[in-house]
Amino acid sequence: MDATLTVVEPHAAAGSGLRELWGSRELLYFLVWRDIKVRYKQTLVGVAWAVLQPLLAMLILTAFFGGPARLPSEGIPYPLFAYAGLLAWTFFANALFSSSNSIAGAGPLITKVYFPRLLIPIAAVGARLLDFAIAFLLLAGLMVHYRAAFTWRLLVLPLLVIITMLLALACGLCLSALNVKYRDVNFALPHVLQFLMFATPVFYSTSMLPERLRWAAGTNPLAIVIAGFRAALFGRPFDVPALSMAALFTLLLLVFATMFFRTMEEQFADLA
Amino acid sequence: MTIHVEGLGKQYRIGAPHHGRQNVREALAGLFARSGSRAETIWAVRDLSFDVERGESVGIVGRNGAGKSTLLKILSRITRPTTGRALLRGRLTSLLEIGTGFHPDLTGRENIFLNGAVLGMSRAQIKSRFDAIVAFAEIEKFLETPVKHYSSGMYMRLAFAVAAHLEPEILILDEVLAVGDAAFQQKSQTFMENIIRQGCTLILVSHNLQAIVNLCSRALFLDGGVLCADGPARDVVAQYVARVAPTTEGVGERRWPDPHDAPGSDNVRLHAVRVLSEGRATEHVDVQAPVQIEVEYWNFLPGARIYTSIHLNEKSGVGVLSSANLPSLNLGTDAWHGKPQPAGLYRSTCTLPAELLNERRYSISVFIVADMARHEVVAHDVMAFGAYDATPREYHGTLMGVVRPRLAWSTELVPPCHSERSEESPAAWDPSPRSG
Repeated sequence: MDATLTVVEPHAAAGSGLRELWGSRELLYFLVWRDIKVRYKQTLVGVAWAVLQPLLAMLILTAFFGGPARLPSEGIPYPLFAYAGLLAWTFFANALFSSSNSIAGAGPLITKVYFPRLLIPIAAVGARLLDFAIAFLLLAGLMVHYRAAFTWRLLVLPLLVIITMLLALACGLCLSALNVKYRDVNFALPHVLQFLMFATPVFYSTSMLPERLRWAAGTNPLAIVIAGFRAALFGRPFDVPALSMAALFTLLLLVFATMFFRTMEEQFADLA
Repeated sequence: MTIHVEGLGKQYRIGAPHHGRQNVREALAGLFARSGSRAETIWAVRDLSFDVERGESVGIVGRNGAGKSTLLKILSRITRPTTGRALLRGRLTSLLEIGTGFHPDLTGRENIFLNGAVLGMSRAQIKSRFDAIVAFAEIEKFLETPVKHYSSGMYMRLAFAVAAHLEPEILILDEVLAVGDAAFQQKSQTFMENIIRQGCTLILVSHNLQAIVNLCSRALFLDGGVLCADGPARDVVAQYVARVAPTTEGVGERRWPDPHDAPGSDNVRLHAVRVLSEGRATEHVDVQAPVQIEVEYWNFLPGARIYTSIHLNEKSGVGVLSSANLPSLNLGTDAWHGKPQPAGLYRSTCTLPAELLNERRYSISVFIVADMARHEVVAHDVMAFGAYDATPREYHGTLMGVVRPRLAWSTELVPPCHSERSEESPAAWDPSPRSG
């Protein structure tokens, strides 16, 4: 006899969420796969957009800051320097944007069928990982072109990608839950991301910041992680304490975000 | 038992700014205006308790807004209850819609996998049932076509095919079968019967009372979120029809209390038109019982000789019959026919025999003629009623035609010598089963 027991109660039992999440990992795979498939349907160049987004940004920035109005780029050719930052930034920003809109855009998946709601924003972030991987190929090409050295520090890169992903997921979980109730999130987020891109040393170096603003980059986990990206790619020393703090912060935020999401999700079907 | 529900309730806030989406400004305003905007709450379902045994099939009937869908959403875990709890033992599948998760840009093949996964199938399960799903849906040629290019029939077939291969132990269904053409409905009925035969526990919400009677052994009747009746499906459906259905769309009566507004002339005016089944005014008549159509009219012209006529149309406008209280059309005798009638209120009653109507909606038009010449009342489509059949039967769906009288049928074996093909050898007509 199948002993599957479903308990329906006013509130979720503590800890039931993660077990359920693990049980539906195959569905996660399908949701990621759907997001990727659907995103590039009816486009001419398809998945090449994953490369074009950071590439075009890099070309524009290089045109402005690589030439006469030269920005310090830590001794790395500016296009390479900018692309590395943009690669990480684009991944973060797209993952955050997709996951924030994921629940509000899920429609009948929320109102007509049950599965762990956490899968939806997770899948949205996961689908952006493929974009990142494709855009990364161009970075590898650029590094070869500029004869950048490949060092052991590259091995840390996966860890940095995971931190970036979890950070985007943590923010995305909170915003996706809020977005169901307050559509303001939808309108505000592009502006916040734009501001964040300038506030974070994405296409400029932290060293360019005036002394009195350095603390801002030092407390911005995204700035720390992007600096880590460059260190890993270009063989520079890591700022280990800062990276550890950023990782810890990300994990704490993720725990909070998951709890927040689980509280909010009880209303999703009634609001969506 | 398979399903145990105790004290289940779901409260919604209505009309207040807290309901639905709000923007930040409204939320902030709400914080400071607590006294001014008291949220009004309603219980969509309240204090529901019932048990369902393994293999039982339970129908849920009730008016719109009675809480049927809310109950299904709670049992399907789409929304959480405010109070109480439910335990469901066994692999649970709920189909509140078919094709949930279908993406128009994805191909048939891709959507089978996606939809299957959304409904709870594993990749291995989908793979092993893939060919069966495709065959069931009859879409082999369009497997690689995005479903947005499918006809609605193909789309429905595909969606249903995936659902039909879920092999659930508990199935929760909401009106999904009320869509599609006759062939599709036939297919889904067969599917449901198979699933019940295999021992699946079924919870079915439907406005199709016939489907409930045919498929379910037991029914629950919800009204205003509360459980009103729980028992054998036929009894509960009959209770539902008797108690709730008449009040949903009037009471099977159209009445003009003020003669000035009533259809008619200065000589004769309509007062009321009524449909009765088993002595009760109702908009839902049982085809197994005779139906009375009553026409009440005022006669203001003393001495007028009046006859009453009705037309019955099927809701699509097809004429079903017309009749009048004239001797040549009357099975009985009408005391007032041909006599001068004093002024006053009169009632003419026409009785339709049992087992004449089909399961359709019908509309009544009334014509009143005075002195065999003047049309005093011409009232088209003054009221409508629906006929239903709650008896179990051997076929699915409704029969074609605006009437469905019970007719005499018989079949007999024709002896070979009378058959046209009598020159063939009798051995070819041997009706006994052959071995081998």
